[in-house]
Amino acid sequence: MIRRATRFLDERAGAAPFLRKALRYVFPDHWSFLLGEIALYSFVVLVLTGIYLTLFFEPSLKDTVYHGSYEPLQGQKMSEAYRSVVDISFKVNAGLLIRQTHHWAADVFVVAIVLHLLRVFFTGAFRKPRDYSVVMSVPIVGASLAVLVWGAGYPGIPSFEGRMYIAHVFLLPIAIAVLLSLHLLLVVARHHTQFPGPKRTERRVVGLPMVPGYVPRTLGLALAVAAVLVLLGGLVQINPIWQWGPYSVANGTNGAQPDWYLGWLIGALRLMPGFDVTIGDYTLVPNPFWGGVLFPMLVFAFLFAWPTIERRRTDDRDVHNLLDHPSDMSWRTAVGASVFSFVAVVFLAGSMDRIAVSVGVPYTWQIWIFRAGLLVVPPLVFVVTRRICSELSERKWSEVEPSMARE
Amino acid sequence: MRPTVLIVVLVALLVPQLGGADSGADLYLQSCVTCHGRGGSGVPPGGKHFGPPLQGVGAQAADFYLTTGYMPVQRADQEPVRKSSPFSDAELRSLVQFIGSFGGPPVPHPRPERGSVSEGLELFTANCAGCHQVAAEGGLVVGGTAPTLADSTPIQIAEAVRIGPYLMPRFTRKQLDDRQVDSIIRYVQLAQHPDDRGGWGIGHLGPIPEGLVAWLIAGAALVGVAAVIGGRAP
Repeated sequence: MIRRATRFLDERAGAAPFLRKALRYVFPDHWSFLLGEIALYSFVVLVLTGIYLTLFFEPSLKDTVYHGSYEPLQGQKMSEAYRSVVDISFKVNAGLLIRQTHHWAADVFVVAIVLHLLRVFFTGAFRKPRDYSVVMSVPIVGASLAVLVWGAGYPGIPSFEGRMYIAHVFLLPIAIAVLLSLHLLLVVARHHTQFPGPKRTERRVVGLPMVPGYVPRTLGLALAVAAVLVLLGGLVQINPIWQWGPYSVANGTNGAQPDWYLGWLIGALRLMPGFDVTIGDYTLVPNPFWGGVLFPMLVFAFLFAWPTIERRRTDDRDVHNLLDHPSDMSWRTAVGASVFSFVAVVFLAGSMDRIAVSVGVPYTWQIWIFRAGLLVVPPLVFVVTRRICSELSERKWSEVEPSMARE
Repeated sequence: MRPTVLIVVLVALLVPQLGGADSGADLYLQSCVTCHGRGGSGVPPGGKHFGPPLQGVGAQAADFYLTTGYMPVQRADQEPVRKSSPFSDAELRSLVQFIGSFGGPPVPHPRPERGSVSEGLELFTANCAGCHQVAAEGGLVVGGTAPTLADSTPIQIAEAVRIGPYLMPRFTRKQLDDRQVDSIIRYVQLAQHPDDRGGWGIGHLGPIPEGLVAWLIAGAALVGVAAVIGGRAP
């Protein structure tokens, strides 16, 4: 069947050379290479569910009064936008399922991106010739965060909401799709990386060909991602806005939080000591800048600059198609784990108020505990990781070549 | 047969009534007097034990603090937390009655069925959610914790609105009339059993539990799938 289909395409589009290459493309086989695909398929689910939702969402801040079926909101003044989301949840066929699946897909999309990023970092997949694929992925993350943030609803003048909506449903998703395609093209152009092993060299890739090996596997993964997201969408409630009530600037609820992927910014705002840069009475740099803008910029700058930093430090300018085992690169792994633990501590600090309520540790104590954690945890993680890596590495080499270990 | 039953019933009805005032005063002497003073006159701060006067607080405040288990507390400067009361229901009744005899407002009789749940949601968001969280799950406030209202009874809510316990502001009838308090209680009753038509409510706290689910359930499941269908050996 595939043969017939390719012949059909070749006779009409002269696609044989391209198809031959595509169908024989070899995928190296390791579970960690699938993390990026999980992100990709979450994005697909995000787009598909999003398209359904645009059919019913009204991006308008005009006032309206609710007369729907949900009693606790009857007679209340609200925006058209809020009313339409309540209607999506209660009236539209499968609306709540699709809406919740959409939101879970967004949350899981970023989880998968973070995992994929860690995999690329710790295995050294960012080295030449893939340094630019990595640079490419920073705007992907940026655009994704932007679309997710603006999706959460934005207070402002009515026309502003309309423009945000267009950015959320049209411009940014297209930007992400284009960037993702470029990212994948670059991956294919330089080919996938692989772990070193028997017969695997810098010039020879061992793995499954697209057909017949890889397509069923990746389809299986796509279906598994969709299954997990739809199951969550159907079984676990997310952002039940009918319980929160219509949004009003003046009525903040205790414990209001952004979606999880902004938790690290909230944590940074909370841990940052209270100072701002002033000239006389004029505030030049207000305090939220440090935690909310400078901190994430530094983290992104670190990721951006890392390939260069490492190249300078090791003076390694060669082309690398084979990956590193994290334990063999103890310095890189230790630095990465240390930076990651720093961000993780800041991230956890984003839920200090809830920790105070459920565990009972006073908030002011926690500020100091977390600040101390920022000074103590990353160096500790660095030392411990380095130690573990060198021991693992030594053990492995002594197993592989006992003679070398003896020398 | 008949007279015996009658006598038993009468005795059962009378005994707590007879014992009421007496045992209320006794309980007061045992558990309250060290901090609140004789006759509810209060004990000024300075010594080991101190507490506000109870003259004028009425059965309303006594019922609130005692049925929530906020009182008795071990240390006067502690934030009281909800716990089951060491007193039996009958003891609570007589103690409340006794403290009420010092003067002050009686225990209120809210009628939430009169209220409107929609008005309740609006009033709750405007007046209560800033501290108690919009789904009444409680939260952190400056200087203490606003408790969850998961176990609050209608009477306790009506009492709290009027007395403003601990850090909570007190609301006069001008600010919130009894009808509006009824609506708020209706809303809290809904929040205690919310309409979770989206599935598992994960605590009604929003993004923190949602993030936990995204990482620990979805993330773990999908990494598991990847590990099963992907290769292991390098």
